[in-house]
Amino acid sequence: MRLSYVIRRFLFFLLVMWSAATVLFFVPRLSPINPIRERFAEIQRSTGYAPRDMEQLVKAFEAKFGLNKPLIEQYFDYISGLARGDLGYSLMRYPRTVNELIGQALPWTIGLVTVTTLLTFLIGTAIGALAGWPRSPGWVKGMVTPLMVLAAVPPYLLGLVLIYFIAFRAKLLPLSGAYTTTRFNAPELSLEFLLDVGRHAILPALSLIVASVGFWALGMRGMGVTVLGEDYVNFAEHKGLKQGRIFYWYYVRNAILPQVTGLALAFGSIVSAGILVEYLYGFPGIGSLLNAAIGANDFFVIYGIGMITIFAVGFSMMVVDILYPLLDPRIRYDRR
Amino acid sequence: MQLSIPAQQTSGQPNRWILILRYMRRNKSLVVGLAMLAFLLIFSIGGSLLIDTSTRAYPLAAPAVQPPSPEYPLGTDRDGRDLLAVMARGILLTGSIGVMAGTIGLVVGVIVGFVAGYYGGWIDSVIRWLTEVLMTIPALILQIIIASTIVDKNKVTIFTMAGVASILSWMGTARIVRSQVLTLRERTFVNMAKLSGMGNLEIIFRELMPNMLPYLAASFVGAVMGGIGSSFGLEILGLGPAREPTIGMTIRWAQFHSAIFNRWWWWVLWPSLVLIIIFASLSLINRGLDEIANPRVRRSE
Repeated sequence: MRLSYVIRRFLFFLLVMWSAATVLFFVPRLSPINPIRERFAEIQRSTGYAPRDMEQLVKAFEAKFGLNKPLIEQYFDYISGLARGDLGYSLMRYPRTVNELIGQALPWTIGLVTVTTLLTFLIGTAIGALAGWPRSPGWVKGMVTPLMVLAAVPPYLLGLVLIYFIAFRAKLLPLSGAYTTTRFNAPELSLEFLLDVGRHAILPALSLIVASVGFWALGMRGMGVTVLGEDYVNFAEHKGLKQGRIFYWYYVRNAILPQVTGLALAFGSIVSAGILVEYLYGFPGIGSLLNAAIGANDFFVIYGIGMITIFAVGFSMMVVDILYPLLDPRIRYDRR
Repeated sequence: MQLSIPAQQTSGQPNRWILILRYMRRNKSLVVGLAMLAFLLIFSIGGSLLIDTSTRAYPLAAPAVQPPSPEYPLGTDRDGRDLLAVMARGILLTGSIGVMAGTIGLVVGVIVGFVAGYYGGWIDSVIRWLTEVLMTIPALILQIIIASTIVDKNKVTIFTMAGVASILSWMGTARIVRSQVLTLRERTFVNMAKLSGMGNLEIIFRELMPNMLPYLAASFVGAVMGGIGSSFGLEILGLGPAREPTIGMTIRWAQFHSAIFNRWWWWVLWPSLVLIIIFASLSLINRGLDEIANPRVRRSE
């Protein structure tokens, strides 16, 4: 019964991953730009070091990265590498692998964006539910439009404003980084360190939250208004149920379903959602790694980050499709 | 005095303009959004006419890092650009990136959506599979990969920016058009048109398109917003047109030279303000159009 659906959905997920990986493989190879040569040109520009046997050096590195093989062979190497979870070597910090660099950056990103995504979801859904409820005071209903306008502004810009006023002018919070490097040499597991990280994370988190609360509020309010028009709400009112009971168990319970799906999908974009904000605050996550890789022409790190984000999105889409019938018993996939 | 009332008003049906004004009073977000957009356009076009933006918006046109003064009302940046000229020209450049990306997105999206929805069958399945795959690739990531690998970093123009920004901007439009076509296709008036011998293209343009205009307008504004947003992201990461004074590049340079830490607040403030106004006005317009297209939204006011 349901197992066959789960299997089919998983196969579709693999198919999507394979197609996306293929796109990522062929898009860069459409261009005449050679990543190895670009990298050496970059080194030349920044250090003035120009080896005479540059061409040989490029050839040697191409052989090392397997770029001199025929395209089809490279493609099979790449796909089988991906299947094993191997993203290859970094160009900018050569002996280190892409997996290593991403592994270092990912926990920061996941920590920051998971917390902000959850907070945004809770705050936004609560505001949206209240704004759609007929008995709420006028100022709550009026909140949605300004929040929605804020949601159109990129978090990066809000971050700039916050940095200027809160960190620079008022000096209330640190300007950048993830922890005070003068106090701690390396990340450690102590209460002091965690508090320090928290202080550094407030501003990046705030810019991400303010920029997307409106999205959740709007969605919840729209769905809430639809639910209020349903017969069962009408019936509950005429039965004389308490307002609180109608609010939580008739109104919110039914309107929240699409929000939960949205939350699961939002977890998929955890890796990519904070890229610009992390870069702005010098937060050592995926965003800063990606920016360093772009600056140093480290294409393999760029592709690796691309693959990770695609995996996260595709995986969360699959989870949503599989879990949705459990949340909303009205939806059945097996009979159609 | 009663006799001097114009015949138009006594005929019961008010003047067309009065109707439009009445509607505008109800649809506040559309009016406010359009007013903000008009303000930006007047500022930018007026500025381009009054001062020579083709030289003053580029480096070495003014003394470096001057705070706002009577001579340079918005100040100058570290490379000697007059920020007033930069803003006037930047709004036009950033706006045209958005409009180009939005237009490409709209045209491609409409074609794909119509083909998928109207013809259905295997074409529809292929298109759905393609969008499903593309939806898993976050737009910014794909654009970064394309912008950093295919395009030569030193030769980026606003046209390449628009091209890269439009790569995924068609999908939203395609999805809306497809679902609209699916609901409209089975209506009686379409069957009527078919029976009267209209061709497929004629039905699409004469019968279906006019019914979808508000949706198309809203998704065009959405695509423009997406285009400006993603080109802004690329510019911040240093993949933008290094020689052009777009709003995003101005912020990029201000950050690059640590304008905030050097207390050059005007260099960051003006472009951020302009971009915030651009996004706010487009999102208000989008909401206003949505209200026209989708009267159910009105109930919640």
